[in-house]
Amino acid sequence: MAKVLVIGEQADGKLNDAIAKVVNCAQAIGEVDVAIFAKGGDGVAAEAAKISGVNKVLLVENDVNEHALAASLAPQIVALAAEYTHILGSSSTVGRDVMPRVAALLDVAQVTDIMSVEGEYSFKRPVYAGNAIVNVDVPNDKKLVGTVRVASFKAADQGGSAAVESVNVDAEIPTHTRFVSTETSGGDRPDLQSAKVVVSGGRGVGSEENFAVIYSLADKLGAGVGASRAAVDSGFAPSDLQVGQTGKIIAPELYFAVGISGAIQHLAGIKDAGTIVAINKDADAPIFEVADIGLVGDLFSVLPELEAALG
Amino acid sequence: MKILVPVKRVVDYNVRIQVKSDNSGVNLDGVKMSVNPFDEIAVEEALRIKERGEAEEVIAVTIGDSAAQEQLRTVLAMGCDRAILVEAPSDLEPLAVAKTLKALVEKEDAQLVIAGKQAIDDDSGQVAQMLAALLSCAQATFASKIELAGDSAKVTREVDAGLETIEVDLPAVVSADLRLNEPRYVKLPDIMKAKRKPIDTLSLAELGVDGTNQLTVSNWSAPSAREPGIKVEDVAGLVGKLKEKGLL
Repeated sequence: MAKVLVIGEQADGKLNDAIAKVVNCAQAIGEVDVAIFAKGGDGVAAEAAKISGVNKVLLVENDVNEHALAASLAPQIVALAAEYTHILGSSSTVGRDVMPRVAALLDVAQVTDIMSVEGEYSFKRPVYAGNAIVNVDVPNDKKLVGTVRVASFKAADQGGSAAVESVNVDAEIPTHTRFVSTETSGGDRPDLQSAKVVVSGGRGVGSEENFAVIYSLADKLGAGVGASRAAVDSGFAPSDLQVGQTGKIIAPELYFAVGISGAIQHLAGIKDAGTIVAINKDADAPIFEVADIGLVGDLFSVLPELEAALG
Repeated sequence: MKILVPVKRVVDYNVRIQVKSDNSGVNLDGVKMSVNPFDEIAVEEALRIKERGEAEEVIAVTIGDSAAQEQLRTVLAMGCDRAILVEAPSDLEPLAVAKTLKALVEKEDAQLVIAGKQAIDDDSGQVAQMLAALLSCAQATFASKIELAGDSAKVTREVDAGLETIEVDLPAVVSADLRLNEPRYVKLPDIMKAKRKPIDTLSLAELGVDGTNQLTVSNWSAPSAREPGIKVEDVAGLVGKLKEKGLL
């Protein structure tokens, strides 16, 4: 039977929400253990143990694990790999950083962004920013390393009671990589990647000053803020807000595309949004072809009116 | 110091790709091909490092069929000193690509590799990390800022929570994210000059790399289409619909 090791991720003593989704994916493959790498990780391990369907939680405590550095994590993961057929991480920046390093150390290929499990060694994944889906079959005589596209899976239920086992790993931790600092972005505004609601502005917003209407609506909704490439290229918004194929690919429950025409590059970034609302004065804009709810109108009158209606 | 920059020939980001009717891939006939946008950012960063006097040479490498020479000419026009084409199937997997790059890093004695964080065709995002693992050296993925200081570099990374800064000893592999820089436009005289710059051609066999893929990719399909939406007349209609869906 397949045995899957899910790589837990934690920050500031809390388990990343994505891990319950990775566990859900992993359950479709085989028996699931979760590994937690932390400095003082009892709380995080206890959280992981509560995820339904987890067989066992392995807690690897080491001061170096306070921050998730791929160079430190990869050899520890490899040291645990012997007993497992599959090793899965999430599609977070931690998972995308460390898992390919693990795969190369094990001399195996990696399957990035697993979106469905077709068999123990057969998966579907998106390519071309989700504009095509492919089947990937992996040889069953090698370990499978993969990242799970968390937007494609629901979180596994809570209510489990897995045993937590402290383990020592025999791994040489390199010294060539050192943590310096972190800076969280955006103040109180939720970050684009995990926000349930996102309001994005496009070229139609017209200027950097005018982008205030986008921020204002976002704050009213408790939403994250995004921008189209056209808006970023025109200097209306910083590039870390760019949503699209070369920016961030997001899947919020509710997405507002304001003054965005709907270039292919932008649509590639919002394909998996729950509900797309488009507000644009050009009734022929391609964004209306993908929007669930379209409103043709001048954003500078629509947005204040919408804010007022939200009370 | 030499900087090695891998570049990939990909379908231009503005092209709406079409899955072939026999599900064997996407249609590439007559489609505009470009340098992978993240690789262009990597090239720009390498050139800026050289222009600051912190590197002597920027070498671009592509692994693929000979058509990829077109993309090498583009980055030579941007300012790379020379280029290497490693002839291989254009669908060579990330692990084999990383092994090829390892051989080149050792051959050229490059101290820094700057790669795009992912190619916008297969979206694997694996090569930089795999290369660092094979070289047993440091990696700094999703970079938005690189500051070199002698034998080490401080790299700011774009992570889900915001920005993270790490310090890595050289040699190191860095992968470029969107915010690292804005690549320069190529001017006509540079294009002419680039025609005289050398492109070496190597084979996988010459580098001792086994180009057999481990994964079997099949059954290409278009994603399921979104249900057609509706239009509302005014803000009241919009709010009503959002409430109906339980979103407000």
